[in-house]
Amino acid sequence: MNQTEKRIAYYPGCSVTGTAVEFDQSTRALCTALGIELVEIPDWNCCGSTPAHSYDPLLGAALAGRNLALAEEMGFHVVMTPCPSCLKALKGALREYEEKQHAFLNILQMPFSGQIRAISVLQLLYEDIGPETIREQIRYRLTNKVVVPYYGCLLSRPPEFARFDDPENPISMDELLQAMGASVPEFPYKTECCGAAYGVTQNHIVGKMTGRILDMARRLGAAAVAVACPLCQQNLDLRQSQVNRYWHTTFQMPVVYITQLLGFALGIDPKKLGIDKLFVSADDLFKETSEPLENQTESTSA
Amino acid sequence: MALLNSLRMPRDCDESFIRQVETKSRQQISKCYQCGNCSASCAYTYVYDYPVNQIMRLIQLGQKEVVLRSRSIWLCADCQACTTRCPCNIDIARVMETLRFLSVEEGTVSIKDIQLFYDEFLNSVKTFGRVFETGLLATYNLKAKKLFTDIDLAPKVLKKGKLPIIPHRIRGRKKVSDIFKRFEDYRNKKILD
Repeated sequence: MNQTEKRIAYYPGCSVTGTAVEFDQSTRALCTALGIELVEIPDWNCCGSTPAHSYDPLLGAALAGRNLALAEEMGFHVVMTPCPSCLKALKGALREYEEKQHAFLNILQMPFSGQIRAISVLQLLYEDIGPETIREQIRYRLTNKVVVPYYGCLLSRPPEFARFDDPENPISMDELLQAMGASVPEFPYKTECCGAAYGVTQNHIVGKMTGRILDMARRLGAAAVAVACPLCQQNLDLRQSQVNRYWHTTFQMPVVYITQLLGFALGIDPKKLGIDKLFVSADDLFKETSEPLENQTESTSA
Repeated sequence: MALLNSLRMPRDCDESFIRQVETKSRQQISKCYQCGNCSASCAYTYVYDYPVNQIMRLIQLGQKEVVLRSRSIWLCADCQACTTRCPCNIDIARVMETLRFLSVEEGTVSIKDIQLFYDEFLNSVKTFGRVFETGLLATYNLKAKKLFTDIDLAPKVLKKGKLPIIPHRIRGRKKVSDIFKRFEDYRNKKILD
């Protein structure tokens, strides 16, 4: 996105209208604060997610494609979504358009040029805003807080498809967290899978995999895990009680969206960031660091 | 789990299956030289019946039945670790995805609950245009006879106001269900490639 494109299409996706409502709230509040206007695609529909492309990528492509076509119709060149799974579906639509254009358009039955780009909110924050701008604009610093970045599977993988960050060792969230003054250790489980959508159908898988991630975060002394995916967040946060039962542990680890952390650092009211919607309370994280930057600088210089 | 009998391999080799997988996934399966990077990267091997490198080998050997009835293809979470690390640049996750929809076509789905969840998910999209999470979970639990799955989480989620009681119906839901219809026509060869 170049500097002129401060107005982009926004595809929220189903999960952020329900169980991940705080991701939507914080994404919108943060973008407003950063001067980016998000225009929600009117009457958007579900992208089909894993169930659709498990049946046939073409079905998923057509479902996701309707949203891209609506955004194109409004003259947008970029569509941003907070959800990596939706992002994968939107990009899948662009791929099917390339590979099976005739069938794709026949099923979609809408004008479509394929000239639109789909990006994640993390990509927008890292590539178009950048850690430097964040560093200049923050009002509250996360000093002395250890925050581990957890990327999950899809934000940078597979590389040819994601075209963002490093597939094995992504650093975009690390750098954004550092720009907020947080202490960011090397997190070896950055891209280990959390168990994905098996929370409902094969619960024990999520118990096992998510448990490992939380355990590594605890060993590194994390005050919180930063995430950028509604499904990862749900597994790590909502299902943390199930993980504790599976492993006989007592994790009380806040799992916070990067947009919530950034929003807070930029001085947005935590209520507008949906902090109260998290299951494991992150209040301490935001309370203890709620000293304005001016005061922090004064006290350190005194 | 079907047992592998190496002596029967040549007799059971279904060459049309190999071509079908290659065409649908747009991947050249013969490029796989069994380095095992995919299985080393796979977080799900511990629940698989065949590790993913063996799935690749079984495709090369045309073992349609074994592959399409395997649990592995339905337990793959599409996490892309195998695809990212394959030295032959085979999009293995896409091969696994292809095997899932071939197993639906053949009626050989090994883990019915996962298929049921996907069916209910798509029904929700077909009806409302978006997924109605509350309804989806209730119907799935009912049909899968897993009434107490996540019952521990329900009060917490409701308290946070995160599960709406009434579904959001989009205005264009007819357009969405038409996409499903045209997709079915395509599958039944009424719409051509």
